[in-house]
Amino acid sequence: MPDNTMAAKKLFTPFNVVSGSIIIAGIVITIMRFTMGLDAVTNLTNDNPWGLWIGFDLLVGVALAAGGYVTSAAVYLFGMKKYHSAVRPAVLTGFLGYSLVVFALAYDVGIPWRLPYPFLIQQGTTSLLFEVAGCVALYLTVLFLEFVPAPLEWLGFKKARELAVKLTLALTVLGCVLSTLHQSSLGALFLIAPSKLHPLWYSPYLPVFFFISSIIAGLSMVIFESTLSHHYFADKMDAAHRRENEGVTLGFGKSASLVLAGYFIIKAMGIAGGNNWHLLGTSYGLWFLVELLGFVALPSFLYAVGVRNRDLKLIKWTSAWTVLGIIINRLNVSLIAFNWHLPSSQRYFPHWMEIAISVFIVTVGIVVFRFIVTRMPIFYEHPEYMDITEKTASTEAIP
Amino acid sequence: MEPIFYTCQDYYTHTKGVLYILMIAALIGIAFFWRFLSGGDDEEGRL
Repeated sequence: MPDNTMAAKKLFTPFNVVSGSIIIAGIVITIMRFTMGLDAVTNLTNDNPWGLWIGFDLLVGVALAAGGYVTSAAVYLFGMKKYHSAVRPAVLTGFLGYSLVVFALAYDVGIPWRLPYPFLIQQGTTSLLFEVAGCVALYLTVLFLEFVPAPLEWLGFKKARELAVKLTLALTVLGCVLSTLHQSSLGALFLIAPSKLHPLWYSPYLPVFFFISSIIAGLSMVIFESTLSHHYFADKMDAAHRRENEGVTLGFGKSASLVLAGYFIIKAMGIAGGNNWHLLGTSYGLWFLVELLGFVALPSFLYAVGVRNRDLKLIKWTSAWTVLGIIINRLNVSLIAFNWHLPSSQRYFPHWMEIAISVFIVTVGIVVFRFIVTRMPIFYEHPEYMDITEKTASTEAIP
Repeated sequence: MEPIFYTCQDYYTHTKGVLYILMIAALIGIAFFWRFLSGGDDEEGRL
């Protein structure tokens, strides 16, 4: 039965096998989480109520989803139209990122169906978490509306698509405002715990650190995502998208280099403001220096060298390194340098099922991203909505 | 060796002094860094 063999080969690709196994394992653990409670699958305690799902899925997820507002602002607010081809992939990454943050939050919150309570039952307007909840809910809606023209083009709903496109500028402004608020507020959450967070990471400027580093995360994530997309989805891209990629990489690399340099300076200001120089010689201090020099100063320099020499490969590798640096920074603040003074027996280390759920959520994101970009006009302009000049320029359009 | 502070004013005089020196160094440094970063720009002067 050659047809059956072909179908089986198509179904059992390495990607499908690996992602399928992870998703099945994730579903099993999900059932355990919602039937047996948090205690069955996590190492969370009353002393350590925030674990990997907050540190990685929420803090890292929100930071790495910043590409949406960064790219939209560059194109629609600052008029950098040459980066237009990067908007849809960035908005899609942002939309999926925030969706998965909310999805992950449902695992972490003890009674997940009470997630809407801050809006319906008790506002708690003096709490930063209320502000974060409000901004994330609103920004997820904004990202959905920014993303919606792609599925509407795919489905052929022209009038609805026209209406959605008309909202672009207003949504971009709203997206930037909301992102400024909640990206910084996630850092501000830790202002309440000066005695728990190591002094090298604790600073009154934490909200500023989180906001500035989210811009770095957004810029680097756009380069990183476009690198992977050009590798795996090159056949889905039109000529305009491929042509503009070099400019996007160089331009975003240059911006990331400059913002990283500024971030390095304000981090040094943070040490000086707290007069914490003497802590740099301790073991935590050395780890702090690894983060500051290895994942802030070094990528800033490497981006600059890459941009000067137009070395796209170096810029792309640096973007991956910077994304890793953002992950390390968020984990440092929320887990590694948090409760640092406690003996190791009382410290939190994630249960393997917590790690498995995080891997499961990332895998779901990749699978959904793949589903969308192979069907909807993300890496190409839909032929029916192109103007004449774009049509001529994109004669090589693949889809 | 860590300086000993007897008053809050001593502490702030010290930390703010260090901050101002760092800020001046950073402003000068970032200008040089910008020149280094812009060294590879195209003929229009921007990427």
